Amino acid sequence: MKRAIILLSICFSLALSFPLWAGGNLLLKNGTILTVTKGTIPKGDILIIDGIIKQIGENISPPAGVKVIDVSGKYVIPGIIGSHTHIALSGTNETGDAITAEVNMRDVLHAEDPSIFTAISGGVTTIHTLHGSANPIGGQNITLKLKWGRKAEEMIFSQAWPTLKFALGENVTQANQQNVGQERRYPASRMGVVAIIRRELTRARNYMAEWDRYAELQKKKFFEKPLLPPRKDLRLEALADLLRGKLVARCHSYRADETIEFIELSHEFGFKIACFEHIPEAYKIAKELAAEKIGISVFMDSWAYKVEAAEGIATMPAYCAQQGVLVSINSDSNERIRRLFNDAAKAIKYGGLSEEEALKLVTLNPAIQLGVDKWVGSLEVGKHGDVAVFSEHPLSAYTRCDLTVIEGDVYFDREAYLKERQEAQKTHSKPNLGGGEQ
Amino acid sequence: MRRRWFYFLLFLLILGLNLAGAQTNREELTAITDVKIVPVVGEDIPQGTIIIRGNKIEAVGAGLSIPAGAKVISGRGLTAYPGMTDAACTLGLYEIGSIQATIDYRETGRINPQVLATEALRPDSMHIPVARANGITTALVMPSGGLIAGRSGLIQLVGSTPPEMVLKSPVAMHIELPAIARGGFRRQAAQREEGSRLLEEVRNVLDEARFYEKRKIVASKNKLISPPDFDEKLEALLPVVHGELPVIISVHSGQDIRAAIKFVQEQKLKAIFSGVSQGWMVAKEIAAAGIPVIFGSLYELPPSWEDGYDALYRNPGVLRQAGVKIAFSSSSASLAKELPYHAAKAAAFGLDKREALKAVTIYPAEILGVDNLIGSLEKGKLANIVLAEGDILELRTVIRHVFINGKEISLSSIYEELLDKYKKRNTKNE
Repeated sequence: MKRAIILLSICFSLALSFPLWAGGNLLLKNGTILTVTKGTIPKGDILIIDGIIKQIGENISPPAGVKVIDVSGKYVIPGIIGSHTHIALSGTNETGDAITAEVNMRDVLHAEDPSIFTAISGGVTTIHTLHGSANPIGGQNITLKLKWGRKAEEMIFSQAWPTLKFALGENVTQANQQNVGQERRYPASRMGVVAIIRRELTRARNYMAEWDRYAELQKKKFFEKPLLPPRKDLRLEALADLLRGKLVARCHSYRADETIEFIELSHEFGFKIACFEHIPEAYKIAKELAAEKIGISVFMDSWAYKVEAAEGIATMPAYCAQQGVLVSINSDSNERIRRLFNDAAKAIKYGGLSEEEALKLVTLNPAIQLGVDKWVGSLEVGKHGDVAVFSEHPLSAYTRCDLTVIEGDVYFDREAYLKERQEAQKTHSKPNLGGGEQ
Repeated sequence: MRRRWFYFLLFLLILGLNLAGAQTNREELTAITDVKIVPVVGEDIPQGTIIIRGNKIEAVGAGLSIPAGAKVISGRGLTAYPGMTDAACTLGLYEIGSIQATIDYRETGRINPQVLATEALRPDSMHIPVARANGITTALVMPSGGLIAGRSGLIQLVGSTPPEMVLKSPVAMHIELPAIARGGFRRQAAQREEGSRLLEEVRNVLDEARFYEKRKIVASKNKLISPPDFDEKLEALLPVVHGELPVIISVHSGQDIRAAIKFVQEQKLKAIFSGVSQGWMVAKEIAAAGIPVIFGSLYELPPSWEDGYDALYRNPGVLRQAGVKIAFSSSSASLAKELPYHAAKAAAFGLDKREALKAVTIYPAEILGVDNLIGSLEKGKLANIVLAEGDILELRTVIRHVFINGKEISLSSIYEELLDKYKKRNTKNE
C-alpha cells in the first residue's frame, strides 16, 4: 500500500511537473491532419481555443498567449475513444447478486489509476468504463475524459448517454468458474439468463405502474388522509429508467443466438440497446444488427480464450462495418488500450477497410455509440480539442504516440516524459537491482 | 539361367522407374519471377527471381534464366521474404483457453525435463493456418509451467502428423524463473530470494543427473556394481549437463538475469534467455556472456512502473545496441500471427527496422541452431518463402503467397471459412 502511494506520487509528480496545461489554448503546427470526417490535410495546423477546435487549415498564426507546438512530420488524429474499458475504477463487479442495476460506476471512480496514464500514452482521450460481466444486469456505466492528474469529477463526460450494463453467456452463468461441489448461483444457464432479465424487467414495469397508480390516486381529492406511496426501490428505479428511455443498454454478448434473444427482449419491453459488447459472432447476424441499427464494440482479434469466443474471427469487424453495422474496436484491457490504433489497422488487412474507415473504428464510431459524436470523434471546428499526435501514420506498425491533448491541454508528451526520466535517472543514479555492483 | 537374367533385368527396370520417379519428384521446379527480394542475409534485390527445386531454394538473384519445365509465379508488385520464425509459442498445444482438455503445454508438477512438446502436437489446430497466412512458417513450440517445464521443438507450419511437421526436436530444455512480482515491498523482497533459491534447486537436479551418469558409467565398467534405476527425468537432463542441449531460461528481473548468467557459466550450460523484461538494466552483461535472448510478447505492461511505460517496447533496441542477439516471439497460439508486430513495435521505440526483421527470421534460426536450413533466402536453404504486398512487418500489408518446403500453402483459415459460411446467410433476401 505504502509502495503504491509512493509510486502514484511519482507518477503524479511526473505529470504535474510538466508545463502541460495551457489553459485549453493550443496551436499544433505543420502536421499531417487526418480529420476522419473531412479528409486529410497534408501540412496543416489546428487551433484550439478554450478547449474547442477553433480553426483547422494551413498557416494559422497563433493568437497572443497561445502555446504553439510544432508537429512537422507527424500525424494528427482525433483523440482515440475506448468504447469498452474497466479502468479508472476501484471496483468492477458487484458479484453479491445477479441483478445489481442500482450500482453506479460513478461512485467508484479512481482518478489516480495508472491505467489512465497508460491509455493516454496510446492516444486515448475518452473512455466508456463499465461494470463487469458477472451479472445479467450489472450496473450503470460512465464516460470519462482521461484528464490525468485532475480530479475524478472533472473527468466526467456529462453529455454522454447514461448506460446500463447487461451481460449474457459464460461469464454470467459462471460456466468457467465451477468449483466441485459448490452450488452455482442462479442463473447458471442461458435459459436462466433470459428468464431473470425478463423477471426483473417485468418487476420494473409493475413498479412503474404502482407509481403511476399512486400519482393518479393522489390527483383525486376524495381521500382525507395522505396516501402511502409505494416503496422506493433503487434497483427497479434504474430499470424503470431503462424502460423510460433515460438509460440505454450496453449488452455483453458472445454468441449470435443469445444476442438475437436479447434483441427480442428489447422488443418485448421496449428499451434501447446502444451497443453489443465483444460479440465475436456478430458476422453471423450482421443483417439483424444492421436492421436494428445496433452498434457493436468488439475485439479486433482476441479470441479462443473460451468456447463462446472460439469463432471470433478477425475478419468480423471489417465485414460487419461493410454490412452497415456501426463497429468500434475496444480494448477491455488496461494494456491493449494503448494500442487500439494498431488493432484498427488490422481491419484493413482482414477485410479491406479503407484507412479512413479503419480509423473510424477507434474514433468516430465509438463516439456515436456513446452519444458524444457532436463533441468528439473527428477533427472538426466546434468539436472538443481532443487530439493524438503520432510519429508515423497511426495505422503503421512502426508508429508511436508522441502527444495526447484533451480540450486543448497536453496530458501526455513523450518528449517531456523522456526529459523527466533522464533527470530522474541522474538523481537516482543507477537502477536498484537489490545488491551487487553494476 | 535365362529366367534369372529376366528377373534381374526386371529388378533393374523397377529400380530405374523408382529412381526416375524420385528424380521427377525432386526436380519439381518453381520460379518466382519479377519480384523484389529481401533475402535478409545479403543485399536486397529490387527485381529478381527465386528458383525452387524440390523443397529447397536453388537460386536467388537478378537476371536468372528460368529452367525449362519450371512452374512460373509472377511476383510483380510483391516482395519476397524468408518465412518468419516464432521463437516461442504454444501452437498445436492450445486450442481454447478455458477448456483444459485442449491445453497440452503444461504438465503437472514442477520438474518435467522428460516431456517433449512436439509429442503433444495437434496438427489440425485452427490457430496454425491463421499464423502461417501471416507469413510465419516455423515455430518453436514450448512447454511451460513449473520450474523445469520440459523440452521444446521446432516445427514447420504444415503437415498432418507431428513427425511431418517437426523440423528439429528437441531444441531446448525450458527452465522458468518467476515473473517480476507486482505490488508491495514485501512481495518483491520475497521474490529477490526466490530466483536464487530456484536456481539452487535446478543446480541440485543437474548434479543429480551428473551423479546418475557417473553411476551408470561405473556400473558399465564393473559387473559387481548394479546400475542406477532408470530415471526418465535425469536421462532427459544428460544432454543439458553435457552442454549439448541448450537451456532456455525464462528470466525477467535484472537481478535474476544476473544470477542466471552466473549460473549457466558455472554449470557450463548452453543457454538462451527468454522474457528478459528488465534486460535493458543489464544489457552489457548479457552481451558479454554471449547469451541470446528471445523476447516474450510485447503486449504487456511494464513489470514495474519505475521502468517507464515503454520499458518492454524499448528493451529490444537497448539489448541489440549492446550486442545481444535477439529474437521475438508471440508467446501465444491464438495470436501467433502477431509475431511481426511485436518486432515492429520495438522498431517504433528504437530498434533498427532491419534488425527487427532479422529478429523474426535469421536471428531465431541462428539462436535455435537451424540457420543452415531456414531464416534467409539463400541457395540451399528450405524454400520457406513469403510473398507480401509490402513490408512484412507492417499491419496493413496483405500476404499473397506462402511457400513451405517449396510447396505453396493455402492461405485460407477459419477466418475466411466461417465468414464465407455466414456471408450467404446475410445477403440472402429474407
